[in-house]
Amino acid sequence: MHSIPSVRTYVIIWAILTFMTFTTYGVAQIDLGPWNIVVALLIAFFKMMLVILFFMNVKADSPLTKLFAGAGFFWLILLLGQFFIDYLTRGWMPEGTMW
Amino acid sequence: MADTHSTVVEHSEHDPAAHSPHLRHHFDDMAQQFDSATLGMWVFLLTEIMFFGGMFGAYTVYRSMYPAAFASTSQYMNPLYGAMNTAVLIVSSLTMALAVRAARLGEQKALQLFLIFTMIFGLAFLVIKGFEYHEHWVDNKVPLFGGHWDYSEAPQFARQAQIMFCFYFFMTGFHALHMVVGLGLMTTIFLMARRATFSPAYFTPVEVSGLYWHFVDIVWIFLFPLLYLIGHTKKII
Repeated sequence: MHSIPSVRTYVIIWAILTFMTFTTYGVAQIDLGPWNIVVALLIAFFKMMLVILFFMNVKADSPLTKLFAGAGFFWLILLLGQFFIDYLTRGWMPEGTMW
Repeated sequence: MADTHSTVVEHSEHDPAAHSPHLRHHFDDMAQQFDSATLGMWVFLLTEIMFFGGMFGAYTVYRSMYPAAFASTSQYMNPLYGAMNTAVLIVSSLTMALAVRAARLGEQKALQLFLIFTMIFGLAFLVIKGFEYHEHWVDNKVPLFGGHWDYSEAPQFARQAQIMFCFYFFMTGFHALHMVVGLGLMTTIFLMARRATFSPAYFTPVEVSGLYWHFVDIVWIFLFPLLYLIGHTKKII
């Protein structure tokens, strides 16, 4: 059906994922103010993309499956976006800041 | 009608896999059947993304409301457990990916071995989680059943921190539930593999169960920094 990735590829992806886990922990020990959460989420997003593209092998899937996987993010952005349009723009937050 | 029929016959003559006993009559060939199953699994995973997405959204709103109280809860989380569980899940995803690879190559022994490894790491995750829940119970940081809540170290946050711990138990609880379902799936796939159900022409159940397993891993990749590492740098108390 599609070409089969090598064991090497999988092990390299695993090594990067494990390294990024330690990085997340390490960065959390440094006070970056509001940037801590940004860095943590960027690393998590990067790890997620590695899992989706390589472990779930979406890289080699049909264009239709790729479209559906992408649609998941689109709906999630709509869901969270609608949430925050209310909560972050109407002065409902007692302490006023996002983080 | 006659034309369509002859096309199908011609097609199956050219593709030996099309004669597989696993090919359902409403699919042209194994490749189409495989792509349909993968797509169907992704549609299910989209509903799962929305399910967890709602919880992540609610979490974000309350964390924005009470940032100091949420940060104070990190004192009672053990990031070592969290990091260990992240590592365990990532290894289990690796063995799962290797199991799918073995199935595609028709390596029956390797397939069974990697499925067993995946189950062992999945079980290890739940055991570590169990130890962790027990610690929260002993620490009186379980606001769900009454009588097990004590936040006298930072009384100003007592009520708001309850919200965070509710999120913690609901999000990790639903994640753990997904792990239990995943272990059930893996047991089924393992039993099927032992009966030599899978071959390079037919490994769809291994593939789609793998997609589910990796999805549960991804949820944890986000839960770890959001629940354990909120205020690790800040001394709130």
